[in-house]
Amino acid sequence: MPRMLKRYEDGDRMNHWFIAMMFVLAGLSGLAFFHPSLFFLTHLFGGGPWTRILHPFLGVLMFVGFMGMFVRLWKDNVVVPADAEWKQHMGDMLRGNKAAMPPVGKYNWAQKMVFWAMLASLLVLLATGIMFWRPWFAPYFPIDVMRIAVLLHAVAAVVLVAATIMHVYAAIWVKGTVRAMTRGTVTESWAKTNHALWHREMTQGK
Amino acid sequence: MASLQSLDVVARSATTTPTPQVRTAVPQVAKLIDESKCIGCKACQVACMNWNDLRDDVGTNIGVYDNPSDLTPSSWTVMKFFEVEPKQGNLEWLIRKDGCMHCEDPGCLKACPSPGAIVKYANGIVDFISENCIGCGYCVKGCPFDVPRISEKDNKAYKCTLCSDRVGVGLEPACVKTCPTGAIGFGTKEDMVAYGTKRAGELKERGFQNAGLYNPEGVGGTHVMYVLKHADQPQLEDLPANPSISPMVSVWKGIAKPLALAGMIGAVVAGFFHYMKVGPVEEKADEKEGA
Repeated sequence: MPRMLKRYEDGDRMNHWFIAMMFVLAGLSGLAFFHPSLFFLTHLFGGGPWTRILHPFLGVLMFVGFMGMFVRLWKDNVVVPADAEWKQHMGDMLRGNKAAMPPVGKYNWAQKMVFWAMLASLLVLLATGIMFWRPWFAPYFPIDVMRIAVLLHAVAAVVLVAATIMHVYAAIWVKGTVRAMTRGTVTESWAKTNHALWHREMTQGK
Repeated sequence: MASLQSLDVVARSATTTPTPQVRTAVPQVAKLIDESKCIGCKACQVACMNWNDLRDDVGTNIGVYDNPSDLTPSSWTVMKFFEVEPKQGNLEWLIRKDGCMHCEDPGCLKACPSPGAIVKYANGIVDFISENCIGCGYCVKGCPFDVPRISEKDNKAYKCTLCSDRVGVGLEPACVKTCPTGAIGFGTKEDMVAYGTKRAGELKERGFQNAGLYNPEGVGGTHVMYVLKHADQPQLEDLPANPSISPMVSVWKGIAKPLALAGMIGAVVAGFFHYMKVGPVEEKADEKEGA
């Protein structure tokens, strides 16, 4: 049995999976209105009007969930000068030359960027979504403002989906990662391979 | 309406394949509102209520003749009264019958995300098919004339149908039939353009140098047109001078979405091939326990 390191507490994991569920639900209900070819997704939510009714509530729940994650993780995601070197070597990482990568802490530069991209897109989604949330808030906003809001809402949604695709792919790509979120632990060799500085921090004095 | 299909739907919201439109020998129609003949009697409002079985709530007087003060889900046409000075010191009382303009290039239809909730018939009428309406309000953002109104009772969008049900069986719209001064005309688009141009010419002879037909190009022309006494200043009567579908809406509903969709699918496909080419990042084999 390899030695395990605790990467996520129970609360972190429940919070993460709550966001993931809301992302899927808000995402599918939103994509239904994104393009005619995806309108069939409204069937999953009980038809067009129900999808329209539910989507904003699902979105707000996702945002609230992310705020929990933000409080838990933002400190670990602050970009530090050392990230610049990792960023320079990102091409090596993508080509499979893992050995060329400098050691990183709990999160590497790309993970941090995913975190901030998700935060930024969720903030835009919330702010713009409220502006055309019928029937509650839309009447308080002029039509010109709502026209900009619907465009920005769609752009932010694409950014969030793109960031999530990268997030999920990285978890599949880097073996041993998924159990960090399903079980809360990673193997020590995973930590050494992928987050050497974090590994050192976790094992110092032990 | 599934059994009484019209076969003359030339455009349908949120639909990417051709609609049933085999009936091509349908003349384009238009309503022509000649403001110089309008006396503001509101018979058209009453006729609209009557034919469409609409009864708006009794509102409050806002100090002018406008009643109700604006279009509502149950008032599809409203007389609007304007006290204006087109020339300094020359007060004029202009009256405009407000309602859907039935654009040749309808912004509401372009913005609508629900398949078949908004259609345009071969005769040019733009109609809301309310059973397909999901109540999102996108039509409001698409419309350059601020026409659609969404009901608080049923969350469906409503507006003038140009009496598509009457026109479909060869009758003129209810407002046209009732107008006591002949200020509202109805016929083929071609005839109405010709008649409106002639009327504008007559008004010019009578001293309204800037009289003209309001049939704005920016939305491909409209199937409700006005003869305006001051066609150079339509904004005097709350009409946009050069209406067009907002660029925000055209970008949002135009090129951006198919590209974004392709991008999202592309990202997943790229991930798949990256994995197959490069392979996973594996942990280094754990050197002896407790390393």
